Amino acid sequence: MLLRLAPWILISVLVVPLAAGLLMVILPAFGYLPVLGGETFHFDAWQALWQRPGLYRSILLSYASGLITTLVALAIVALFLAASRGTWLDRGIRRLVSPLLAIPHAAVAFGLAFLIAPSGLFVRWVSPGLTGWERPPDALIVNDPLGLSLMAGLVLKEVPFLLLMCLAALPQLDPERRVTLARSLGYSANIAWLKSVFPVLYPLIRLPVYAVIAYATSVVDMAMILGPTLPPTLSVSILGWFNDPDLDHRYMASAGAVLQLGVTLAALLTWWLGEQCVKRVSQGWLINGARNTGSMAIAVGGRLLLTTTTLLAISAIGGLVIFSVAGFWRFPDALPGTFTLDHWQRILPSVTTPLLNTLSVGLAATLSAAVMVVATLENAVRHHLPVSRSQWLLYLPLIVPQVAFLFGLVVAAESINVRPQMALVIAAHLLFVAPYLYLSLSEAYRRLDPRWMQAAHSLGASPWRAFWQVRLPLLLAPLLTACAVSLAVSIGQYLPTLLLGGGRVPTITTEAVAMASGGNRRLIAVLALLQALLPFIGFSLALLIPRLAWAKRRQMRGVA
Amino acid sequence: MTPNPTLLIQQVQITLHGETLLAIDRAIAPGEVLTVMGPSGSGKSTLLAYLAGFMSPVFKAQGQVFLANTRLDTLPAEKRGLGLLFQDPLLFPHLSVGGNLRFGIPQRTANKQAQLAQALHQVGLSGYEDRDPATLSGGQQARVALMRLLLSQPRAVLLDEPFSKLDTALRQEMRTLVFNQLRDAGLPALLVTHDHADTKAAGGPVIELG
Repeated sequence: MLLRLAPWILISVLVVPLAAGLLMVILPAFGYLPVLGGETFHFDAWQALWQRPGLYRSILLSYASGLITTLVALAIVALFLAASRGTWLDRGIRRLVSPLLAIPHAAVAFGLAFLIAPSGLFVRWVSPGLTGWERPPDALIVNDPLGLSLMAGLVLKEVPFLLLMCLAALPQLDPERRVTLARSLGYSANIAWLKSVFPVLYPLIRLPVYAVIAYATSVVDMAMILGPTLPPTLSVSILGWFNDPDLDHRYMASAGAVLQLGVTLAALLTWWLGEQCVKRVSQGWLINGARNTGSMAIAVGGRLLLTTTTLLAISAIGGLVIFSVAGFWRFPDALPGTFTLDHWQRILPSVTTPLLNTLSVGLAATLSAAVMVVATLENAVRHHLPVSRSQWLLYLPLIVPQVAFLFGLVVAAESINVRPQMALVIAAHLLFVAPYLYLSLSEAYRRLDPRWMQAAHSLGASPWRAFWQVRLPLLLAPLLTACAVSLAVSIGQYLPTLLLGGGRVPTITTEAVAMASGGNRRLIAVLALLQALLPFIGFSLALLIPRLAWAKRRQMRGVA
Repeated sequence: MTPNPTLLIQQVQITLHGETLLAIDRAIAPGEVLTVMGPSGSGKSTLLAYLAGFMSPVFKAQGQVFLANTRLDTLPAEKRGLGLLFQDPLLFPHLSVGGNLRFGIPQRTANKQAQLAQALHQVGLSGYEDRDPATLSGGQQARVALMRLLLSQPRAVLLDEPFSKLDTALRQEMRTLVFNQLRDAGLPALLVTHDHADTKAAGGPVIELG
């Protein structure tokens, strides 16, 4: 009985806070916030908002960086898949994808910043030999006003995400057969893939693409580390107004949050219009019969771009490692003169609480999400339910920008006398953890051969016994992987932790981002590495446990 | 143990989108094998799924199924007491051979270990208890699957082309083993197949569908 309610419980856990949060942002934006004495509706907040210097630039930055990074990331992934032919390089890159995905946004951002900064690794490696520089050049590379380094950081994170989504969707399209057929008609392999596989692949990854756009237009932590400062992106400005000691700024911040929602929607709408145009225009290209045009460029470009992205991400982490153990390090030297563990020793005692918080929030959110998602999926397969239309509701928290509703969620919680605390942080993490868990588990769950359960039932096993003794063990590996993904998502959360914890639930992520403006690179590197290490441990366990558990079961290792 | 019951399939009619797929009205006596033959698409697998309790909700069924005085078609699959032998052995890959057999033995059975050893001995697999099922040959897996079914003490058995994936040499051997075991246990059985050699080995009445 409870099982039949599971999908509804899951959806309400996600949608109710979202709706409450949005409501409590929209009302104050029009002057209504009884806690602060606002009891009439008016447009004062909007007037104040429009008079902010640099507002248009902030809007443009958010809008453009969202669209540009998504386009670039999608192009890199599509070109790579078109060029990819299962060589060792292609397979190696694919295998690197999920660990790269696990690295939190903030850690990638710090790593990239340390690579490209004027006194960063890249400049050091080519100085003074190529440049003649004896001191760091006076250039604004990180935090550049055009947001280029922010966009680079976003692309680094979006490429592995989109690639993984494509790889998950591809098997059901039988790409090999499509490509073989097109090749037998004389098409080169790359063009064959782009013309016969990509047009059917895209609809399957549309939702993840939209999630990427929404994320990139409204990201906070990465924008604080890599983004422009005068003015910052819209989302960072909003955070500043909300945290302003002058409480009246709350109204303007709410108006800003509604504006952010509009900017994200505008970006999504633009993308959708673009989709329609491409659909029309590409019809001609798809059937024009050209079999080789551009094939060489795709073959080279596809591999080169993805390899560059992967190498950049790896060097970013490598850079963090070097900085975290660097002792005395004169400027153009490529490597530190001395190495030391001082920074680690200095910081470790003070991060015990943040580490424990990170783990307890992550595990609690992952566990509750796992129970709800598994119950929902079990209910669906038990009652032969087709993939339901209400499923898109699950993905709403990934499409609606965090800044647009999390502040409202705090207000909503306070209005029913719930103060910011760890339980709220967990509930907020659940909003982002559960959709990813569902996304990564549902295919494996639905694809498990139904005859396993039929065999168990025909041997007299009750539905629950069959679930615990047959389905769960058979799905152990995908379940653990999904949990590792969720844990990584939770560990990387900045804004929900900061806001719903009222700043009193420090995690490794909030601590690291808080240091961004401080600028002790060595300590930042230690924190960023710790932040990246936790999800990595999660993924390693998810790989290791099934291997140990099924050491003596050959077929299970094939499944895993 | 109570004497074995007869499996009664009373005026069962299965429809898909309002069109009748098949109609059947039969009784299967203890130790008898009723063979249902027909080309693919004739609904013989649907009949099996209906009897076992796994039929997809797109199909609609009328009629009643009885085992002695128990009405089966309203019971959930696990309470029907119908053992099922699939095309594949479907030994659970996460359990050992012994674990698979134990999975089938009802909880309050006395002397489980002795039964298990006896079952393995009967099919010439003594000492295989701790083996990984994936390391067994196809024929050995089929025999373990049969024993798992019998240890679960079913009151009737459904066979879904259980020999079709075995190679020719093994096929005749398994037919003899399966039908002898079912006859010895005195279980009513329904066999679905499109192979006439199966029908001959089963030796019971035949229904042709489609």
